[in-house]
Amino acid sequence: MEHVVIIGNGISGVTAARHIRKLSDQKITIISAESKYFFSRTALMYVFMGHMKFEHIQPYEAYFWKKNRLDLVQDFVEKIDVNQKKVYLAGQAPIAYSKLIIATGSKPNKFGWPGQDLDGVQGLYSKQDLELIEENAKNAKTAVLIGGGLIGVELAEMLITRGIKVIFLVRENKFWGGVLPAQEAALIGRHIEKHHVDLRYQEELEEIIGDENGRVKEIRTKKGEIIPCEIVGLTAGVSPNINMVAASDVETARGIMVNEFLETSVPDVYAIGDCAQFHTSINGRKNIEQVWYTGRIMGETVAQTICGNRLAYNPGPWFNSAKFFDIEYQTYGWVFAQLKEGEEEFYWEHEKGEIAMHLVWDKNTHEFKGINSFGIRLRHDLFDKWLNEKASIQTVMSLLKSANFDPEFYKLYEKEIITQFNTVTSFEISLKPRLWWQKLMTS
Amino acid sequence: MKNIKYFGMGVFLLALAIFTSLAFVGNFELTERGMRAQLNEQELTNLEKPLMEEMVGKPYRTSFTFSRDFIAVFNRINEDLKAKEEWDKVMWSPVSGIALKLAQSSANGIVASHKMLFFLLTFGLGILGSLIYIISDLKIKGPPGIKNDGIYHDSATNRGWIGILTAVWLISFYVILYFHPYIIANLISITDPIKGLFIEGEKASKWFLYGLLYTTSMTVMGARMIIKYRHNRYQIVRTITVVLFQIIFAFLLVEILPMFGLPGKDLKSAWPLDYYFLFDWNVQDLMSSGNFGKFVFVWGIVLSIIIVPTMVYFYGKRWYCSWVCGCGGLAETLGDPYRQLSNKKMWTWKLERWMIHAVLVFAVIMTVFTGYHTYNVFVHPEMDSKEILFGISAFDIRSWYGFLIGSIFAGVIGTGFYPILGSRSWCRFGCPLAAYMGIVQRFKSRFRITTNGGQCISCGNCSTYCEQGIDVRAYAQKGQNIVRSSCVGCGVCSAVCPRGVLKLENGPEANRFGNEGPIVLGNNGFELND
Ligand SMILES: Cc1cc2nc3c(=O)[nH]c(=O)nc-3n(C[C@H](O)[C@H](O)[C@H](O)COP(=O)(O)OP(=O)(O)OC[C@H]3O[C@@H](n4cnc5c(N)ncnc54)[C@H](O)[C@@H]3O)c2cc1C
Ligand code: SF4
Ligand code: SF4
Repeated sequence: MEHVVIIGNGISGVTAARHIRKLSDQKITIISAESKYFFSRTALMYVFMGHMKFEHIQPYEAYFWKKNRLDLVQDFVEKIDVNQKKVYLAGQAPIAYSKLIIATGSKPNKFGWPGQDLDGVQGLYSKQDLELIEENAKNAKTAVLIGGGLIGVELAEMLITRGIKVIFLVRENKFWGGVLPAQEAALIGRHIEKHHVDLRYQEELEEIIGDENGRVKEIRTKKGEIIPCEIVGLTAGVSPNINMVAASDVETARGIMVNEFLETSVPDVYAIGDCAQFHTSINGRKNIEQVWYTGRIMGETVAQTICGNRLAYNPGPWFNSAKFFDIEYQTYGWVFAQLKEGEEEFYWEHEKGEIAMHLVWDKNTHEFKGINSFGIRLRHDLFDKWLNEKASIQTVMSLLKSANFDPEFYKLYEKEIITQFNTVTSFEISLKPRLWWQKLMTS
Repeated sequence: MKNIKYFGMGVFLLALAIFTSLAFVGNFELTERGMRAQLNEQELTNLEKPLMEEMVGKPYRTSFTFSRDFIAVFNRINEDLKAKEEWDKVMWSPVSGIALKLAQSSANGIVASHKMLFFLLTFGLGILGSLIYIISDLKIKGPPGIKNDGIYHDSATNRGWIGILTAVWLISFYVILYFHPYIIANLISITDPIKGLFIEGEKASKWFLYGLLYTTSMTVMGARMIIKYRHNRYQIVRTITVVLFQIIFAFLLVEILPMFGLPGKDLKSAWPLDYYFLFDWNVQDLMSSGNFGKFVFVWGIVLSIIIVPTMVYFYGKRWYCSWVCGCGGLAETLGDPYRQLSNKKMWTWKLERWMIHAVLVFAVIMTVFTGYHTYNVFVHPEMDSKEILFGISAFDIRSWYGFLIGSIFAGVIGTGFYPILGSRSWCRFGCPLAAYMGIVQRFKSRFRITTNGGQCISCGNCSTYCEQGIDVRAYAQKGQNIVRSSCVGCGVCSAVCPRGVLKLENGPEANRFGNEGPIVLGNNGFELND
C-alpha cells in the first residue's frame, strides 16, 4: 500500500494529512519530535498567560487521529535517504515511504551574537520554548527583547503579565518598520508603550554577557549601554528548519526548494509550509511564506497532488492578521511600508489614536490594492472578492459599511472615514447603506 | 491599587463570614402564643400537647437544634397517626416549612432585634466589598481589552481549592434552601425589613431571601461584566438588559403585583422552564385574579407557543438565554469567571443531546399529566384527582419533576457546581426551554455565527471560553459557520478571538452554514474539484 510519511505535525503537515485522508485510503504517518499531538503554535502565548491550558491549544482530541487512521510517531528525524526512500529516526527503526512530505517549519534566527547560547537566552517557537520560558520567568525582573516583529510583541505581552519589566530593542526608528507604514508603526508603538513596554528604537544588540554559572546577567547594546537582565528574548525572525535534508539530494537554499506543485528536486518528496522556498515567486508573493494560513493552503494543495490531482499552489489574495496587546490588526491585499510607484493612499485614524484604516489603490486605474485595518474587523470574503475582481477603490469605499465585521452594537466609523476620504482625495463617494454581505458576494 | 483590591476582597469575605455565621447564632424559644399563631388547627390539635411539654419555654442556641427537636416531635406524632390509620388526622404539609415558620417566629436573639443592622453587615458590606474589588480592576488590568490573564493559574477559576470551597458553599446553600430552610431562619429574617418595604410588616420567605440574593449577585457581577468587557458594546448592552429583566420582572414586579392584589408572577418566565404553568394551584390562582390573572394565563400560552419560536427564528435563542432569562443572566454574571470550565469533549456533546432532550420529553409528559389533572379540577371536580391516566398520578410525576429537575438540576447542579462544571450546565444539559428553542435555532432560524473566511489560527480561545462547551474552533478553522442548537449567543467567543474571526449575526437562511470554501484554501482553482 502507498505510504505517505509526513515530517512535522504543524498546521502544514496536519492539513496535508487530513486532506489526504479525505481523498484517499493511503497509509499516513506523521512524525514530529516536538509533541505527539498537533497544537497551535500561534497560541503558545495564551498558555503562558494563563488564558488556556496546553490541552486547549490542541485542535483535535486524541480519538481524532485513531478514527482517521493517522499514525503518529513522536521522534526526531535525523536524515532521509531518498534513494532507498527511508526516513531515519533518532529513537526507532527507519520508516519507509512511498511519498514524503517535509513540513518541518522554522527555527528562530540567531545571528551569531556573542553569548546567544547562555542560559536565559531564548526564542519563542516551540513547546519546549514555552516550558523554558516558564522556568526563565520564575525569578526574572527584567527581560530584553531583540527584534521588533510579531513574536516579539507576543513575548512582551506574555512577560508583562508576570510583572517582568520588558525592554524592547528595535533596530529601525519605528516599530515593525519593514512591514508597517509609518502611521501604523507609530500607532502600534504608542500602544505598546502604553502597556509599559520600554521601547528603544535604533538600538541593536552587541553582546550578551553571562555570569559565572553561564546565565545571562546583562546585555550590551551597539551604543555601549549595559542593561542588566535575567531574560533575553531573541525574536528577530525565523528561518526554515531543513537540517534533516542536508545530507540528501534534496535541493535547498534558505529553505527546501520547490516548484509551484510543491515538489522538491527529488521525485516523491514534497515540501510545504514554513520550510519551503519557491524557485519563483508566486502571484508576486515572497518566496518563503512563514504564516499559518499559507501553511494550511500548501497542505491542502499538496494533498490534491498526492492523491492524483496534480495541483499548483495558487493562493488567493494575501491576507493576514495579528493582535498587538489590545489592538487587532487585519490586512487584505498589499499595503507596503513604502508606497509603490503609481500607488495612491488614504489613511484615517480615530482621534483616540487606536483605531485606524489605511487603503491603497492604483493612481491611474483606481484599482483597489490593499487595506490595513486596526481595531475594526473586516470581512475576508468581500475583500477577497474585490481583490480578485480588481474592484475599484470607489467600490470598496462606498460599500465599507457592508464590509464591517465588528460585533453587533459596535460604534461604526464609516461615515467619519468617508467624510475625510472625500475631503483629502478628489473622490466623491457616497456611502451605501449596509447590505447583507452574501448578496454582494454573488452580485 | 492592589491593596485596595485586597481590601475589597477582605470586606467581601467578612460579609460572607457574617452571613454564613448567622446560621449558627441567636436565641430561639417557642412561646405558646407563637405556636398558636403559626400552626393551623389540625397541627395544633396534634402537636399542642407534646410541644407544650417538650419545647415551649426551652431556649435553643440555633435554629437548627430548635427545628431538629420540632421535626422529631412532628414525625413521632405523624408516624403514630399513620400507624393507627387515622388518615384524616395525618399532617401532609412538608415539615421543613412548618419548622421554618416556627423558628422564625421564635427567634429573639441579637439577630432578631437588629435585622437591619445585620442586613447591612451582610448584603451591604458584601456589595461594597465586591464593588471595590471589581472597580479596582479598571486600573490594575490596564487598558480595555480581553484580560483573561492568569485564569488557569488561579485556584478560584481553575478548579483549585478556592473553587472547590466556593462550590461546597454554593451547593450547601442550595441544599439548605430547598430542603432544610429552617437552618437559615436567621438569614431569611434579616431581609424582613426589605420585604417590609413592599408590604408593611410582612415577613420574608425563603424565596424572598433567594430572590434578593440572586438579584444582588447578578447586579454586582453584572457591573463586573461591564467593566471587563467595556470595549465590547454587545456585552455591555446584553448585560444591562439581562440584569434589568431580572430586577424588574423577576424581582420587583413579583413583589409589587401582590400589593395590588394581583398574582406575583414572573412574566418573562416561559413554559417549559416555568414548569408549573399548568399546575392546578397556578391556574386556580390566575383564574381567581380577575382579568389580570386571565391575561397572565393567555400571555403564558402566547409567549411559549408564538413569541418564543418567532423570536428564535429572527434572532436565535440568544434573545431569551442571554438577554432575558434569569438562569442565563446569573450564568453570564456570577458565572462568568467559570465559563471556561465547561467540558468541550465530543462525549459531553453526545451526553448533552441525550440529556436535554430527555428533560424536554419529561417536561412535556409532566405537563400533559398536570394539565389533564387541572382540567379535571375545573371541569370534573368530583373525579378522584390523584389517580389519573394509566394509573399514574399527576401529583407524583410533578413532584418528581420538581425535585429532580426544578431543584436538584436547575439549582444544586446548575448553580452550585459553577466552579466545577462551568457556568451553564443547567442551560446546556437540563433546561427544557433551551432544548425547545435549540431545535428551532438549529433548523429554522436566521441566526448563525459567521466565520471570517480563512482568518482562524486555531488558537482555541473561542472553544475554551464557550460556556456551552461548543468546540467553536472546529468549525472556524474549516471556514464553516457555527450553527448549533446549544449556542446561547453570549458573544464571548467572538469577543475573545484574537483574529476577529467570529461574528454573531442574523441574516437570510440561505447559506447559513457557510462551508469549507476556497477561501480557507486560498486556492481558487480548487473549486473545480468538488
Ligand atoms: C509564537 C508564534 C506566533 C505566531 N503567530 C502567528 C500568527 O498569528 N499568524 C500567522 O499566520 N502565523 C503565526 N506564526 C507563524 C506560524 O505559526 C507558522 O508559520 C506555522 O506554524 C508554520 O507551520 P508549519 O506546519 O510549516 O511548521 P511548524 O508548525 O513549525 O511545524 C513543524 C514541526 O516539525 C517538527 N520537526 C522539525 N524538524 C523535525 C525533525 N527533524 N524531526 C522531527 N520533527 C521535526 C517541529 O518540531 C515542528 O513540530 C507564529 C509563530 C510563532 C512561533
Ligand atoms: S458559541 Fe459563542 S456565542 Fe454561542 S454560546 Fe458559545 S461562546 Fe457563546
Ligand atoms: S478564537 Fe478565533 S482564531 Fe482562535 S480558534 Fe477561535 S476562531 Fe480561530
